[in-house]
Amino acid sequence: MSEHRFRSLAETRWRIAISLTALMVAIYFGFILLIAYDKPLMGRLLTRGLSVGVLLGALVIVLSWVLTWVYVRWANTHYDAGLDQLRREEAAR
Amino acid sequence: MTILQATPAPVATRIGEPNAVAMVFFFAFIAITLGITYWAARRTRTTEDFYAAARSITPGQNGLALAGDYMSAASFLGIAGLVSTTGFDGLIYSTGWLVGWPVVLFLIAEPLRNLGKYTFADVVAARLRQTPVRIAAAFGTLATVTLYLIAQMVGAGGLIRLMFGLSYETAIVIVGAAMLAYVLFGGMIATTWVQIVKAGLLLAGAALLALMVLAKFGMNPVALFAAAADKYGAGVLAPGKLVAAPLDAISLGMALMFGTAGLPHILMRFYTVPDARAARTSVFYATGLIGVFYLMTFVLGFGAMVLVGPDAIKAVDKGGNMAAPLLAEVLGGTPFLGFIAAVAFATILAVVAGLTLSGAAALSHDLWVNVVRHGEADSREQLRVARVATVALGVVAVLLGILFKGQNVAYMVSLAFAIAASGNFPALVLSIFWRRCTTEGIVSSMVLGTLSTLVLIWLSPTIQVDILKHPGAWFPLKNPALVTIPLSFAIGVLVSLATRDDVAVERFAAVERRMHVGEA
Repeated sequence: MSEHRFRSLAETRWRIAISLTALMVAIYFGFILLIAYDKPLMGRLLTRGLSVGVLLGALVIVLSWVLTWVYVRWANTHYDAGLDQLRREEAAR
Repeated sequence: MTILQATPAPVATRIGEPNAVAMVFFFAFIAITLGITYWAARRTRTTEDFYAAARSITPGQNGLALAGDYMSAASFLGIAGLVSTTGFDGLIYSTGWLVGWPVVLFLIAEPLRNLGKYTFADVVAARLRQTPVRIAAAFGTLATVTLYLIAQMVGAGGLIRLMFGLSYETAIVIVGAAMLAYVLFGGMIATTWVQIVKAGLLLAGAALLALMVLAKFGMNPVALFAAAADKYGAGVLAPGKLVAAPLDAISLGMALMFGTAGLPHILMRFYTVPDARAARTSVFYATGLIGVFYLMTFVLGFGAMVLVGPDAIKAVDKGGNMAAPLLAEVLGGTPFLGFIAAVAFATILAVVAGLTLSGAAALSHDLWVNVVRHGEADSREQLRVARVATVALGVVAVLLGILFKGQNVAYMVSLAFAIAASGNFPALVLSIFWRRCTTEGIVSSMVLGTLSTLVLIWLSPTIQVDILKHPGAWFPLKNPALVTIPLSFAIGVLVSLATRDDVAVERFAAVERRMHVGEA
């Protein structure tokens, strides 16, 4: 029972970690690929003084932090609760 | 001061002259950090104190210390300089230096804290054979640390000569001596607090500078960017020639993204907090602080472009590294220049201390205690060896700094990231995630990952064309990470599949459990 709970917790944790890592890779390399292959788009001005490239660059930084927030929030509530329950079960045995 | 254009006219700057304010701030920083070291030395009695600050650092403190370890003078001075002279192209670095942090959080921070004691080799060796893994990991650690140290020492010497008018050698010896005092006597406790003080100073200095710039543009960064575009053309807001070769940009991006998760001095920080939850939270804080810092480099870089001017910046230093100090001088006169100069110096000093401590841990904890003594050394002996290793590394750092005087070493930081990404990161990931990996596979991945990176850097245009002035290079990429990271993973997997390590497979379940749940 405890083993089953551990497996599902471990699998969920890695699924979330790998999905978020893939998302981070997609965001950053998407940005780099746009710079590499669509320079006119990145240079297009949205308003005086703000190009698509500058805006996306700032967004990459903000999104990196948002992703860490998403993970920490999930881990602090669900993952830690699961681990605590696991520890209690093991202590009871 | 008026903005200088076109011709590299002599610039009205006090940079390079002995600056009383800079001296006062700098010696105040040295005095405070030595005071911290004295306090820390009395608390440093065991190896756990020396390497891991008695695991007593809070997540908030560790977040600041991680940011302090990571935000080197290269990012403060280098990126501000790059943005001020190239515009958007410099911003590519601002983003690239941050994106490794989420990867550290998702894949590495918690397993590392739960499985290891002092070094990342503890994690890799958790279920593999100690001796070969420790030797290979120490090799990767020392390669990363040495290259990073050379870049910092040479940068420090040049920076101090430029800003305080001291001789290069004097500057290197001062950095070496102060750093040795921190690490030798205060261990990780002193190093952590030096990082915290430095991170606070750097963030405060950059924020003050950014606010003073924005105050001139109605507190609106877009108005600042518009002023830059009006003056130097809309091209400064668009990608330029820095990323002319897409594969170069991708390769550098991979080194930065995965290298962060393999930097020994960063990984070591996760052992200073009480548990995995604290390690996790500290990355969240660090990412926020570093992110804000890199967003500020947008403002500092374009601020320097508009208020100082690219030609004036290049006239003082061809690489553009003096953009932020020049900006400070324009906005706040010589006293503010002095403050920013002292912050930049403090920044280098703190990074060097962190690097030395992680190198010393590899030499003493991995090589001496676990390989030579097979884990049978008492705390007193371990501390003595750690301190001998610290002195040895400190002396080597000073000598290398002097040896590489006048060399262009800017590439060495990205090379250090490439080695961390190719030598250390794949081994960490494979040993944490993959049941079937074997000692032979992981060791081959670490050794060949590091070696192939070194060889390909040697054959790359960075060395062959830029340094040796040859007409061409055998290997086309400036940074080899695009080839060496997949290569290192492939070697790890193929060699593991070709060999058997029954003990490693057998111990996977127990190690996996400890990785999530922590020590029982």
